[in-house]
Amino acid sequence: MVLVLFGVSVIVFFIVHVIPADPVGALLGGNAPPQLVDQMKHQLGLDKPIWAQFGDYMLGILHGNLGISLKSNRPVTQDIAEYFPATLELAIFSIIISVALGVVLGILSAVYRNSWVDHFSRIFSILGVSMPVFWTGLILLLIFYYILGWLPGTGQLSLFTIPPHRITGMLLLDSILTGNWEAFRDGLAHIILPAAVLGYSATASIARITRASMLDVLRQDFIRTAKAKGLSGRVVIYRHALKNALIPVVTLIGLTFGSLLEGAVLTETIFGWPGLGRYIVNALLVLDYPAIMGGTLFIALMYSLANLIVDLTYAVLDPRMRI
Amino acid sequence: MKSITIEKRGKLRDFIARRKPIIEDWKHTLYLWKSTKLAMIGTVIIVIFILIAIFAPIIVPYDPISSNMSARLQPPSWDHLFGTDQFGRDIFSRVIVGSRIELWIIFLVSLISGGLGTFLGVVAGYFGKFVDEIIMRITDMFLAFPSLVLAMAFAAALGPSLTNTIIAISVVGWTVFARLARAEAMKIKKQPYIEAIRAVGAGNSRIMFLHVLPMCLSPVLVQLTLRMGTIILTAAGLGFLGLGVRPPLPEWGSMVSDGRSYLVAQWWISTFPGIAIAFVVLGFNFLGDGIRDIMDPRLRR
Repeated sequence: MVLVLFGVSVIVFFIVHVIPADPVGALLGGNAPPQLVDQMKHQLGLDKPIWAQFGDYMLGILHGNLGISLKSNRPVTQDIAEYFPATLELAIFSIIISVALGVVLGILSAVYRNSWVDHFSRIFSILGVSMPVFWTGLILLLIFYYILGWLPGTGQLSLFTIPPHRITGMLLLDSILTGNWEAFRDGLAHIILPAAVLGYSATASIARITRASMLDVLRQDFIRTAKAKGLSGRVVIYRHALKNALIPVVTLIGLTFGSLLEGAVLTETIFGWPGLGRYIVNALLVLDYPAIMGGTLFIALMYSLANLIVDLTYAVLDPRMRI
Repeated sequence: MKSITIEKRGKLRDFIARRKPIIEDWKHTLYLWKSTKLAMIGTVIIVIFILIAIFAPIIVPYDPISSNMSARLQPPSWDHLFGTDQFGRDIFSRVIVGSRIELWIIFLVSLISGGLGTFLGVVAGYFGKFVDEIIMRITDMFLAFPSLVLAMAFAAALGPSLTNTIIAISVVGWTVFARLARAEAMKIKKQPYIEAIRAVGAGNSRIMFLHVLPMCLSPVLVQLTLRMGTIILTAAGLGFLGLGVRPPLPEWGSMVSDGRSYLVAQWWISTFPGIAIAFVVLGFNFLGDGIRDIMDPRLRR
């Protein structure tokens, strides 16, 4: 884990410093006088040899210092702390949607194998992973906001809603904690579309694994025993089969978290969601390199952490994995 | 003369007879593939996509690149099947020509990432120990990123263009193939025939590339097919964010982005390129899903 994180920092550093992008040029514009460019380079430490820059950067990481964003002029860590909770909130909602949808579709597929229910649910879930999230987002925004007016548009809150006092940074949680129900209702209405788009895009893999694992379990002896005892189909499926079939699905949630972080970059851009994904995109477009490095590094850290947690839960859920 | 042809024919018969199990297996696969509806639909979609890409210059009614300000923002009609964009370019033509760009991206990315991954994987699996350890740790490092995020960083640092999009997606995507090829190579190098070849006096590189590598190809090829949808989605995502293929080249993702500010009144600018992406990716995903079914040993026999 530590080694991987070290490697991740090296990759990020390499991308930003070795590859020929010109952050100073991007910062000052193409026609800046050379003295100013040199001064800026000196100020940012870009005139030092590459290994010295790398040393400074790694030392900074070890001290929890990711540098200062060129755009916001604040420490990158502070920026991440501000933007990440919104992404986390979106990701949690999306995971709930995709797991609920995926598991239901998967069970239906397995139980009614090769019938039209199976075909429909498979096509429906594959459609979700096939449509580009940025496009689905735009189309749903067009339909539900501009045409029907059922749901609010971009952003986390409407313009006139008073945001809750910031405690965790997650808007809905903060609204509950401060008892600001108006903000909660408004926030909930705002999160529906982006979370649905993002969650739907991750449904297919969950549905697929649920189906396969359900089919696997349904074929086992203890299911036949349960049926032979005269238990109803419903009890067999939900009490006996599902419990065992869901174990592989748990592993998948970690992977899903990764694809959600990925999708969040695009979804946040469309829905004007003030999260880390949009922060990184904005940083990339202006070559704000401390922000790029910090943001990417943080996402990689979260991703690895999610996978680690999944590995650990796996052992808890399936005693056979414990040795 | 005559005896030579007979001998040849005999050899051929012998050759076929020896490969009978393989041919049987292929026939069985073909049968399963035909009876897997999703795979069939997917194949049909992909064939249509490839045909469109090949015949694009013949199909397109208008110039997809040059602007025509007198025909701006026209809704879909018989003249302009998908309407026109803010520069008066025919969206139908742009979508059609865009298929070539997407196909080109898929082809090159598959070639580069598949090739690089297989090469490194085979080397790692064949030599094992120290080499394996180094290559696999590097793989782990790349796998620690969500792939789009890493591709975005690469694309932004290299500068947005078609070539850099391909490089960025390839650099991010090789890890899967490396892992697969490594696992396969480790299995194969323990086989007796490899030992036999070594006993005859073949060197490491000869064994690796002529005898181990070809055996690793089929899982890699299957995985490549499964990844092709993702390749398009990543390329389109990069294009959409302005980090990928630059306008005026008609890349589908950047076309969706073009229409964003016109979404409410001129919905067609973003809608049709998006449908094109979804359609092609759907084809690859159907095929992929079908292939997974076919590969499933429980379904075979």
